[in-house]
Amino acid sequence: MYISMNWIRDYVDLSGLDLNKLIHQFSLSTAEVENEIFYKGSDLSGIVVARIVSVENHPESQKLHLLKVDIGEEELVDVVCGAPNVRVGMKTAFAKVGAQIGEITIAPRKLAGYTSCGMCCSEKELGISEDNSGIMDLDESLPLGKDLKEIFAIDDIIFEVDNKSLTNRPDLWGHYGIAREFAALAGRELKPLDTADLTCYKDLPALDIKIEDNDCLRYSGVQFDNVSVSVSPVNMRIRLYYCGMRAINFLADMTNYLMLEMGQPMHAFDSRRVEKIRIKKFQKPFTFATLDKVERNIDENTLMICNGDEPVAIAGIMGGLASEIVADTTAMTLESACFDPVSVRKSSARLAHRTDASQRYEKTLDPEMTVTAIARFVKLLTDIDSGAKVVSCLTDVYNRGYECKTLTIDKAYVDRYTGIGDAITNTHIENTLKALGFTVKADNGVFEVTVPSWRATKDVTLKADLIEEITRIYGYDNFLPQTAVSPLYPVRMSLEKSVEEQLKDILVKRFSLHEVHSYVWAYYDEYRKLGMEVEDNVKLLDATNPNLETLRRSIVPTQLCQLKGNTGYAPQFGMFEIGRVVDGLKPDGMCKEEKKLAITLFSKTETLEQLYFRLRDMLAVTVNEIKHQPLSFQKLEASHSYQHPKNLNGVYCDGIYLGEMGVVHPTVSKKLDKKAAIVYAELDVLALSQIENAGIHYQEASRYPGMEVDLTFLSDTFAPIRDAISSDLITNVKVADIYRGEEGKAITVRLTFSSMDRTLTREEVQAVTDDIIAKLAQQNIRLK
Amino acid sequence: MNSGVLELRNKLDSALQQAASVAELENLKVEYLGKKGSVTALLKEMGKLSPEEKKSFGSEVNALKDYAAQAIADKAELLQKLELQKELDAVEEFDISMPPVLDRGSYHPVTLVQRKCEEVFRTMGFTVEDYSEIVTDYECFESLNIPKFHPARDMQDTYYLDNGQLLKTQTSAAQNAIYKKYKDALINEGKPIKAVFPGRCFRNEATDACHENTFFQMEGVMVGKDISIANLIYSMKTMLSEVFENYGLKVRLRPGFFPFVEPGFELDISCQICGGEGCPSCKHSGWLELCPCGMIHPNVLREGGIDPDVYTGFAFGLGLTRLAMMKYGVKDIRDLNSGSLTAMSQFFDDK
Repeated sequence: MYISMNWIRDYVDLSGLDLNKLIHQFSLSTAEVENEIFYKGSDLSGIVVARIVSVENHPESQKLHLLKVDIGEEELVDVVCGAPNVRVGMKTAFAKVGAQIGEITIAPRKLAGYTSCGMCCSEKELGISEDNSGIMDLDESLPLGKDLKEIFAIDDIIFEVDNKSLTNRPDLWGHYGIAREFAALAGRELKPLDTADLTCYKDLPALDIKIEDNDCLRYSGVQFDNVSVSVSPVNMRIRLYYCGMRAINFLADMTNYLMLEMGQPMHAFDSRRVEKIRIKKFQKPFTFATLDKVERNIDENTLMICNGDEPVAIAGIMGGLASEIVADTTAMTLESACFDPVSVRKSSARLAHRTDASQRYEKTLDPEMTVTAIARFVKLLTDIDSGAKVVSCLTDVYNRGYECKTLTIDKAYVDRYTGIGDAITNTHIENTLKALGFTVKADNGVFEVTVPSWRATKDVTLKADLIEEITRIYGYDNFLPQTAVSPLYPVRMSLEKSVEEQLKDILVKRFSLHEVHSYVWAYYDEYRKLGMEVEDNVKLLDATNPNLETLRRSIVPTQLCQLKGNTGYAPQFGMFEIGRVVDGLKPDGMCKEEKKLAITLFSKTETLEQLYFRLRDMLAVTVNEIKHQPLSFQKLEASHSYQHPKNLNGVYCDGIYLGEMGVVHPTVSKKLDKKAAIVYAELDVLALSQIENAGIHYQEASRYPGMEVDLTFLSDTFAPIRDAISSDLITNVKVADIYRGEEGKAITVRLTFSSMDRTLTREEVQAVTDDIIAKLAQQNIRLK
Repeated sequence: MNSGVLELRNKLDSALQQAASVAELENLKVEYLGKKGSVTALLKEMGKLSPEEKKSFGSEVNALKDYAAQAIADKAELLQKLELQKELDAVEEFDISMPPVLDRGSYHPVTLVQRKCEEVFRTMGFTVEDYSEIVTDYECFESLNIPKFHPARDMQDTYYLDNGQLLKTQTSAAQNAIYKKYKDALINEGKPIKAVFPGRCFRNEATDACHENTFFQMEGVMVGKDISIANLIYSMKTMLSEVFENYGLKVRLRPGFFPFVEPGFELDISCQICGGEGCPSCKHSGWLELCPCGMIHPNVLREGGIDPDVYTGFAFGLGLTRLAMMKYGVKDIRDLNSGSLTAMSQFFDDK
């Protein structure tokens, strides 16, 4: 919203103050001001009132005229002018030689063979309106040679307030409310609005107004006749233009002017179209043509203004085309109403049509304002158009309003919030609240505060709301920062959190993996391209993008999709993510959200088996590092499209299932890369964090020499060998070699024997190895 | 000189001349100076000599012995030097200009920024809390003083789920649970609540270089007796100076409207690029809007089981994703969730 400082100064005397500083203060105390401030008229000088003395047609041009212009100096000035509306005797705005218009300095120059010593100007050329239909047609009474800036309010400072910072301040949607803030900030008086006394019309006939729906809080109206002015005064048009509004015609400009001044949207109807004003909703949907000539679909929730049963306007949003003020309109009915903010917001969203009016109603406008706005309108109208007549009494139907709130705070309450004690005095509290329109009864540090109606619609309801008023006007920059004092106590990191951080460090630092982030939903298209199913799960409601609708049950498919774009990154790499998945619903209907660690390894340089064991060892090292416990693995049945039917294992620690690791199914794998080996793992972070940390158990090294024995068995798997090895004397078991020969797979185990209290004899060791060999022989596993 | 001695000495000289390895010298040593060596053998001829001859012969043989030992040792030293030189010559000078192979992993940039922030807050006595990504309407709105039909619910386009829950639109969704978790310690033991809770948030909006539907925030709260606006300003300035490692950092508050705080503020920091002078990146204002904050709304405290007439507190929300983008100059927010290793592999440990 654009704010004119001239307009503000109508209501607060800011003389002697630095306006730029005040605007900055406003930004820090009230609402955000955009950085760029416009100094209107600052690039305009030397524009004077001139009279056109003679007009001759240019001999060779249809458009151009050769004028002699009187600017109140000794000699007439020759001007070449292309405006269509030139006429002898007309007074207009004239840029003298040496005048400044924006970046242009006016100098004598040849135009189509004739010298032009200056320029007659349109309002658009002067930057004071959009009107470029012709040069300005000024009032006959204006003295020749008078500087235009002394006649019209061309010089102004305009700044823009970020609308988003006004959402909670319905009172700031007009200049008068902003002026109140400036008055409070500057410590100056806010002048009252100049309004007409409406009681003198009380004997005139009333309008027929009935509110038939509770979404209308108040509907006030008055009827006028004999309005003869059709073009708004220049100063009014300049203000509208500077504030970003187009001048339309006098009445439309008046309603806009009032809205910009007071924040009260208004609407003028042709009185013939609104004889019986009814505010209501319709059971059945229909279409309705609005002023902007658009047919709109109206449903049963949209509040309408009607003439009897015939809709004439969408309440709080826009008037109808059929009830518009037209050329032969003589009487017009002015609406000044208040509607329910939620109703207007929803209708406006439904119609996808947000207007200056609906934008204001959404903020919960003050219903007390409707009548004042009419009084202000009548005053302005009759000032400008002395022939205009009020032909009805003020008709006001007040359906419902907001509670008048009184809050009591004391100095101690303020001090507790501010923390700066007597830097904010009782006087400051009282004066600030009064300046902002609150009624204050102060009694020795206790303040009984009545909230003004324009702040009471939703903004100020609690004592804490008053703190904001007091502190923002005091200025947050004036606060002395102070540390809070608190007792000492240890800050512990949650187990899950520290496990998460450990996981990241180990995977990045030790295994050179890359951490990535992804999205929590399944991407249908990308899954399909890789031959993976989107598994049924909790869904987004009203998903706008059908490609992302279902939440993921596992990070693995997500990561495989991400892998797709990375297959050229390096011949071998790994990536991981710690993220959330949803495993359906819990019995109470809530999502079963789980935090998972997913790892994918990709390699073009290793065999699938090598890569799988690298992943296996990576998991074993990682878990061992964090929990000092070994992992175990069990074969799993494949149940997802990306899982390999053979090489899929459950990962266990301390008997607890942590998750799975597997080879990616070849159909998926080949779509990612025809030659590469791809494996994955997914572990539950919470389950891992809850495993007991086995700790470090120090054992002294034996003082007696140990002994190593290699045994080679013909066996397809290591498991039976592992299970057969059990002796206190064996301190380490390693697979020294695997050999696939004619006799089948041969596994060489290297056993380390050692004892804390003696040097072992060959016989002792032999007894143990014999026992192992015998046990395995029973399972038909023989020594090679 | 005795002809035998002379002969042997000449023989030794020529043998030493020819010796090409330390091993050969070892053999020569045995051959000449060993118990059965030729020098020792010369002494056996002593018996045939007169006592005078014996004397001069003996000293000549001893001199030969010393000479032989020295000559062999000298030659050995020479050969050792030569062999060492040969070994040195055999090794090429390595081309150190070859590029190093780092082959290191990488952290997600949000992890790096999050760790930095967590560390700052932990050192100042804040606990770091984890919270779910899927929350209820109560957690995300109702408990935060955002009743139904409140425009704030429109302001944040929410991903609702078909079971009635929703993807949290803001880390504030954890506030209520944090208050309930720590209120007893606050009330009974006088321990102020000091917590930060980082997390992933979601907004149902179209994505472009500046907008993402999935991003990270970090919320922080401090609740205790007499926590004031002056405390908020001090804490924010101190913490943000640490986060940005800029100890001249300036902060300022402006009024801001958020339903869960009253008074609410927009906090600006002095522009990190120009230091407050004004530059294109801060639109010449010298300030950068960084984070919303405020005094926790009495209704929010009450809903968390804390009496707002006894306790006050402040809350703030930092955009971790935005901080990461600012810190590392990431221009397109979508890079962060793309999984592209070309992009992500550039972020190493950054303590």
